[in-house]
Amino acid sequence: METYTLLRQFADSWMLLALFAFFIGMIVWVMRPGATKVYRDIAEIPFRHEDKPAPPVRDTQEI
Amino acid sequence: MWNYIKLIVLGLIALLAMIGANYGRDLAYQVNFITIALAALATFVFVLRQTGEPVEPTDETQYMDDVIRAGVIATSGWAVVGFLVGTTIAFQLAFPQLNFEWAQGYLNFGKLRPLHTSAVIFAFGGTALITTSFYVVQRTSAARLWGGNLAWFVFWGYQLFIVLAATGYILGATQSKEYAEPEWYVDLWLTVVWLSYLAVFIGTLMKRREPHIYVANWFYLSFIITVAMLHVFNNLSIPVSVFGSKSVQVFSGVQDAMTQWWYGHNAVGFFLTAGFLGMMYYFIPKQAERPVFSYKLSIIHFWALIFIYIWAGPHHLHYTALPDWASTLGMVFSIVLWMPSWGGMINGLMTLAGAWDKLRTDPIIRMMVISVGFYGMSTFEGPMMSIRAVNSLSHYTDWTIGHVHSGALGWNGMITFGALYFLVPKLWNKASLYSLSLVSWHFWLATIGIILYAASMWVTGIMEGLMWREVDANGFLVNSFADTVAAKFPMYVVRGLGGVLYLTGGIIMCYNLWMTVRRAPAVQASNQFVPAE
Repeated sequence: METYTLLRQFADSWMLLALFAFFIGMIVWVMRPGATKVYRDIAEIPFRHEDKPAPPVRDTQEI
Repeated sequence: MWNYIKLIVLGLIALLAMIGANYGRDLAYQVNFITIALAALATFVFVLRQTGEPVEPTDETQYMDDVIRAGVIATSGWAVVGFLVGTTIAFQLAFPQLNFEWAQGYLNFGKLRPLHTSAVIFAFGGTALITTSFYVVQRTSAARLWGGNLAWFVFWGYQLFIVLAATGYILGATQSKEYAEPEWYVDLWLTVVWLSYLAVFIGTLMKRREPHIYVANWFYLSFIITVAMLHVFNNLSIPVSVFGSKSVQVFSGVQDAMTQWWYGHNAVGFFLTAGFLGMMYYFIPKQAERPVFSYKLSIIHFWALIFIYIWAGPHHLHYTALPDWASTLGMVFSIVLWMPSWGGMINGLMTLAGAWDKLRTDPIIRMMVISVGFYGMSTFEGPMMSIRAVNSLSHYTDWTIGHVHSGALGWNGMITFGALYFLVPKLWNKASLYSLSLVSWHFWLATIGIILYAASMWVTGIMEGLMWREVDANGFLVNSFADTVAAKFPMYVVRGLGGVLYLTGGIIMCYNLWMTVRRAPAVQASNQFVPAE
């Protein structure tokens, strides 16, 4: 089979399916239970370390 | 020891560059290589003066902000240069006498036009992206930049790329690909700089002290990676001689055209959109002092945008040798792009929910909001223009130029101005900007400038498109090309005036930022002590 035909067939079938599944999976993952609480904390990141990097030990912070 | 290796390498680069300049077959190549030699020698002297001196250990408890300060200065400077060249060529189109006889072949429209596009996109926009990404990635990772002075290499290397590209254009080195004009050796140099940039960015992300990678960094990272990929594939070319600037593209015909617009449209999608969205997702929440409207939406925005944008390129090639299925694919994906673009716009605007009163008091927020507004407008206009039927009217007319500028001046320009106004007081430890009323002046000058620009280009573009397709009862074309040019004159003058207003705003910004650094009061020391009362 020609390389083009082979790649084209793959792109039109399995690759398309894989990309689509990834995309849908991502949306489902974002909507998972408990996500709102996690994301509320993450959205606060810009307001935490304005002036200095965090100290090396990280046992003080958790999600 | 490391310094000695650096000295040897820099000395060799300078030597080889001078040999190259000596054997150079064209002026652009010779000037470029003399520039490289001078840059290598300057760096040589800089490294030499540090060799044998005691090395201060880097302070990991502080952010690396000196390179960001340099970036802010360079961004402001390139803004004025880019706008000035743009205004100049706008008037050259209105008044052809401004293509002076004595500067023929150097400063006429054809030479200055790529200088303008590269100055605003790559010099102003690119430096702004590098600068703000260094700022944002440190703050949101709670870690100092990785790689020590590699960040400085990225900054100066990128500036060298801009200078090489700009002098090359004026002297005639171009591979004639829109937004990818620089010739092969400049492309190679940019690849080195860009991979270093990627290393600094990923290195910083890897040593982050926040468990999660904040969404702004996702956008910045996708911008860096995709631009690296686009740049390499679109610039696959073979130089005619190692001592000359001319090169020949590896692809030819419609493949080359498709590669070019795959590059060209993703340069818009990832350079001018994803990168600047990184700015939006950090600076708007910061300036509004409230977190982004919906973090979930921002994740969906990110994945939808990068999944879809990469396919939109073929809409630049309607009615060409490109197969219909390919241009239909590009058109469909362009229309699908409406959704993530507007999702992102809503996310940016709604971040102000509950703080809309700030629009009255804070001109910086006003700038950021109008920038997101223009993002929404141009991402509405773009998909519409990608529809084949609309494109048959709009393509090759000034409508396209108007569309590009409502995105570039409105979205990219305004969000960058907002970021600069945010950054300068922070970086120079000032309590506030020198003058908020000057920011208001800048805001209104820029906004009115954009409106003049976009409105005149809509009128002239649609007029031009209609004139080109007008036929008489016998099927003959009614208008010659020169008729359309004559009819466009008043709109060209209005467009030039819009440019003057926008440029004036940029100069006011530079003055305001300069005076902020010089005059504005410093932040009061906040040493955590509470007075005993």
